[in-house]
Amino acid sequence: MSLLSLTNVSAFYGASQALFKVNLHIDQGAVVALMGRNGMGKSTTIKVLCRMLPLAGGDIQFDGHDLRRVPSYKAARLGLGLVPEGRRCFANLTVEENLIAASRQGHWDLNQVAELFPRLRERHNQSAASLSGGEQQMLAIGRALMTNPRLLILDEATEGLAPIVRQEIWAAIAKLKRETGLSILVVDKSLRELATVADEAVVLQRGETVWHGPINALTSDITNRYIGV
Amino acid sequence: MKRETMINALLALGLLAVPLWALIADEPFYITLATRVAIFALAGVGLNIAIGLGGLVSFGHAAFFGLGGYAMGVLASHAQSYTPMMEWPFLIEGSNSMPVIWITAVIASGLAALVIGALSLRTAGVYFIMITLAFGQMLYYFTISWPAYGGEDGLSIYIRNGFPGLNTLDPIQFFAITFVILGLALVFSTLLAKSPFGLALNAARQSSERVETIGITPYRLRLTAFVISGMITGLAGALFADLNRFVSPTMFSWQTSGEIMVFIILGGTARLFGPVAGAALFIALEQVLGGLSDYWHIYLGLLLLCVVLFARGGIIGTLAGEEARHD
Repeated sequence: MSLLSLTNVSAFYGASQALFKVNLHIDQGAVVALMGRNGMGKSTTIKVLCRMLPLAGGDIQFDGHDLRRVPSYKAARLGLGLVPEGRRCFANLTVEENLIAASRQGHWDLNQVAELFPRLRERHNQSAASLSGGEQQMLAIGRALMTNPRLLILDEATEGLAPIVRQEIWAAIAKLKRETGLSILVVDKSLRELATVADEAVVLQRGETVWHGPINALTSDITNRYIGV
Repeated sequence: MKRETMINALLALGLLAVPLWALIADEPFYITLATRVAIFALAGVGLNIAIGLGGLVSFGHAAFFGLGGYAMGVLASHAQSYTPMMEWPFLIEGSNSMPVIWITAVIASGLAALVIGALSLRTAGVYFIMITLAFGQMLYYFTISWPAYGGEDGLSIYIRNGFPGLNTLDPIQFFAITFVILGLALVFSTLLAKSPFGLALNAARQSSERVETIGITPYRLRLTAFVISGMITGLAGALFADLNRFVSPTMFSWQTSGEIMVFIILGGTARLFGPVAGAALFIALEQVLGGLSDYWHIYLGLLLLCVVLFARGGIIGTLAGEEARHD
């Protein structure tokens, strides 16, 4: 069953066009990797999807709702759970307060998040500003989960983290997929890890979808040409 | 126990001890001073929800303080002259019952905060400060030019309003009322700050965009906080009017807004007991310095300058020796 579909989406930053023709489709329960080189429109696509950037053309359907005219807070309430690039936790709140501020009724609560990231339980009373990068990332994921989303969106969730911490994050994503069947859209640069969790891949080139299909069907030709690995 | 909690407990005990001592020493004047501290602190607790928790620097809280005051003045003046406030389409009589006056004050200031907030919260920063100030001044000039309720001269109420089971004319009993209300407001303020609503409000102060991505509208959060804040300050206004048995347009003036803000800054912005410490220091300085010179505000100004420059956490922040988590 289709959860999200972006059809021929275009968008501008001021006068310059950033997205031309993005097509992206996510089925219920699927993990989809959004790939491409830097500046090809991955984060912009997410901004448009989360209604933080106006849509210039095309269509966004999410869970039976037309997202084209929906403000960002409503998109979040409809079930888009964003883990933004650069984590962006609420630095003036503690770990627990960050989570409570975002909480909405559903499966995910403080205990569930602590089970996924035991380190957050240890640090529950600490201010978010005092956490390490990896812990902040866990908190950002936990905060998005507390909104009980239908689709979790991870924008560069492992960027700038130590290899061992990255592994922890990837393990958590794999666990989320395995145990909860949550639909996930993940933007990341490491193809190897993506291949372990994602079912499908969508490749962007200059604001356009140039390839999509099962992630294991990505040939080296495609990755060389569009992703640069 | 955390240092700040201890300081808060000492402040609460101090505020209770002064009037008890005054009662024993038969110095009713000091009971009245402590009552003023409690009422000013209550006004500050209201404003602290807007400024400390929501980051909404309102320079128009005198509007709510004044509305609370006039809720008392208007109701009590009709009760005192045995004239109904309104006869058509239905009869509304005045009242000299404190609970009725408090409820009226809270509703009136809440409604005003809803209107003022709905318009001013569309702006931010210095524009927000100016618009709230403008609304306060609008009400100030309105009361000045409203002869039915005394105009510039204000309204005198000859008898203090009543509270079931208490003799409100007895200073210590009236103090007890204000002290209990202040205590309840402080408990409410703590619960609010720790509730999901309060946490989201605090988060929105840091970044509006980020809270939207978790499905929260900052505007609605802030408006709710502004209304709650106005209601508490309005209640303080009603008590202040009852303390003086007098209301005048001064309650609406921008100086009043400034004074309520000074309580918070002196005591410590976003600190639970900041307004209590600030109001106590303000009243103490008024008594001590006011006895030395009519121009005691110069010294208050200097002190305020020092606090802003060297002790930004205010009294509580400096004594507790730790940064406010919600700064």
